[in-house]
Amino acid sequence: MPTMDYLIRSSRVIDVSGGDVSGASGPGANAASAPLDAEVDVLVQGGRIAEVGKGLAAPKGVREIDGRGNIVLPGLVDLHVHLREPGQEYKEDIESGSRAAAAGGITTMCCMPNTRPVNDCRAVTDLIVRRSREVGIARVLPIGAVSKGLEGKSLAEFGEMKEAGIVAVSDDGRPIMDAGLMRRALEYGKTFGLPVVQHAEDLNLAEGGVMNEGAVATRAGLRGQPPQAESIMVARDIELVEWTGAQYHVAHASTARSMELVRDAKKRGLPVSCEVAPHHFTLTDEACASYNTDMKVAPPLRNESDRQALLQALADGTVDCIATDHAPHSEVEKDVEFDCASCGMLGLETALSLSLELVNDGVIDLRRMAYLLTQGPARLFSLDAGIGTLAVGSPADLVMFNPETRWVVDRNAVQSRSKNTPYHGRKVPGQVLLTLFGGNPVFDRKGLCDE
Amino acid sequence: MSPSIKAREFPHRHLLGIAELNEADITQILDLSETLRGINERPIKKVPTLRGRTVINLFLENSTRTRTSFEIAGKRMSADTINISGSGSSASKGETMLDTARNLMAMNPDVIIIRHQASGTPALIAQHVSCAVINAGDGTHEHPTQALLDCATIRKHKGVPGQGLKDLEIAIVGDIDHSRVARSNIMAMTKLGARLCLCGPATLMPRDVEGLAGPEASERVRVCYRLEEALEGADVVMMLRIQNERLGAGATRFANTREYSRYFGLNRNTLSLAKPDAIVMHPGPINRGVEMMPDIADSMRSVILDQVAYGVAVRMATLYLLGGGSFGES
Repeated sequence: MPTMDYLIRSSRVIDVSGGDVSGASGPGANAASAPLDAEVDVLVQGGRIAEVGKGLAAPKGVREIDGRGNIVLPGLVDLHVHLREPGQEYKEDIESGSRAAAAGGITTMCCMPNTRPVNDCRAVTDLIVRRSREVGIARVLPIGAVSKGLEGKSLAEFGEMKEAGIVAVSDDGRPIMDAGLMRRALEYGKTFGLPVVQHAEDLNLAEGGVMNEGAVATRAGLRGQPPQAESIMVARDIELVEWTGAQYHVAHASTARSMELVRDAKKRGLPVSCEVAPHHFTLTDEACASYNTDMKVAPPLRNESDRQALLQALADGTVDCIATDHAPHSEVEKDVEFDCASCGMLGLETALSLSLELVNDGVIDLRRMAYLLTQGPARLFSLDAGIGTLAVGSPADLVMFNPETRWVVDRNAVQSRSKNTPYHGRKVPGQVLLTLFGGNPVFDRKGLCDE
Repeated sequence: MSPSIKAREFPHRHLLGIAELNEADITQILDLSETLRGINERPIKKVPTLRGRTVINLFLENSTRTRTSFEIAGKRMSADTINISGSGSSASKGETMLDTARNLMAMNPDVIIIRHQASGTPALIAQHVSCAVINAGDGTHEHPTQALLDCATIRKHKGVPGQGLKDLEIAIVGDIDHSRVARSNIMAMTKLGARLCLCGPATLMPRDVEGLAGPEASERVRVCYRLEEALEGADVVMMLRIQNERLGAGATRFANTREYSRYFGLNRNTLSLAKPDAIVMHPGPINRGVEMMPDIADSMRSVILDQVAYGVAVRMATLYLLGGGSFGES
């Protein structure tokens, strides 16, 4: 497809790749170059960022786009999605998931290995990479399995999967219960430069709990699992990180104690990081009281004091990135008894808006939000230098949105093949107008790029 | 029968739990049950109140007494009652909840009574049907008609007329965690003014259980782990069934039934700590010799069979209020 050239005029452009807004404050936090945050023009030529600056001259043949009143960020990076291909294409596939990503301003996403077959070898990684390139709507970077078949027994082929394109390893929804396997996974991951991503949940302590344990679960008569099911696992893993020196990442951390453990590990200089999902910083277990299965997720929605601790950690730098854990499920998995329903929620199309709520609520500022959605995740998995930045020469992945426009989430209007959003009916700020991926308009709400 | 008994419009379409009822709603059902109870003692135990109405008893979890009680209640009100039983979830059949609801609605019922192993199922079904839904016990959530019949029984034996269950000391003992009966009763009894002591091993006590009574009444609920302390001065002793069928998942909750019975079983000695005229209740079926010694179950103190009798009356009242019944018809 021939790429058009675009000149986006006079948007507020935020690119934190040049500076440090990782949350660290005080002297030295803003060392080398400052982050970009100014009303400037962005010139996209040949699929790459050609120039960023004030009053750029428009080269011949370029399409000029009036960006006034809008914000432009590098295309967002989501380290945790489920695209269901291969194997469960009735829920989602790489194409529908990529369209959902584009509608949400996300241009790079890391997909979890719990496909059918499991992404535990080069052949499956190859397939996902090839399919996503054919689709060409977003950059899909697979995460390989830690153990063969996600069975928690023996290590998968980290090296060959890395050659094929994986950027991390995880057994995803299957926590690595065996401490011995976890230790070896950390060491093997270190060998190939792959972080190990853990779904932290001690299954013995969780006892199959379908929601957070507490007053709401007691009232609803649903089996709860205590927040310690997560934090005990995080604490154990940090012990192993200290021993192995390997890079470790907590997926969708959801509890106050997990935040304290990660904060402490970072203080001690350990290579520990964590992501937080929008549903954990916007919703609480009260949402499960009406047995709405769209509110069933793992780890479960926690209580208000956990949510407050996440907000604190998002602000103070404990959290490294926001990741959606986009998990499409059809009505066959969701329109059933709460006990029987599958865990998971859509996330790609609402993450930006829910992050903007944090800004509007004064929890974080826009630069920090930009970091959590772009540079933060890109650095964690050591993604290519051009990802999550608008630096000249980078692939032209960007999102333009209007921060003032409010819209109502509608489960029947999503790009995803599934409808299991927990936000149906919620009015949220920030509407994505345009998403460019490699210079191509992959989402264009108002036809700004039309011929 | 006087038409004045429906002087108050019952403000609910379904009976999904005690949680959604207030004191006036509960009192209305209990008062109506007292009126209807008389029908069950007549030689011809039938009134035409619900003639032509269809009541589906959908029992997807084993039950004999509750299903029978609802069936009798429906028949004595002249409703056409249909029993559907089975087991398993909609998911295990590859169906969605919507499929289940559509199938039921195709039969055009006026009332669906649901017993289900998964908490919340009646509430989910109620979202998809146009008739009234009565929860006959869902998972470990609620069993509202059981709580209503328990309150009716207590009110008759211990209540001061017009005072509900005000200031009665009620001990509920046993597996609170897995008990929908306990949850519904904690809510119903505190709404009617009682004071509760919940007793059992800490392994069978759900977290923040006092909160079930709501912010105002939660101070009238206390938790203790010694049976003797719970029974001291009690007006009512309600023993819960040890639900072996629900104890399978996860870590064990107590060593064995022998030890459970020793520390939490009701026998002559422990019962002597309660008030001399205390009544003993059990929602049934009893594990004789585990939570209750046989001689207590059969003693004068036991009102277990009164509970069963009130069960029919309370279910008649519920069907009347939700099934669109009228005593004006002849």
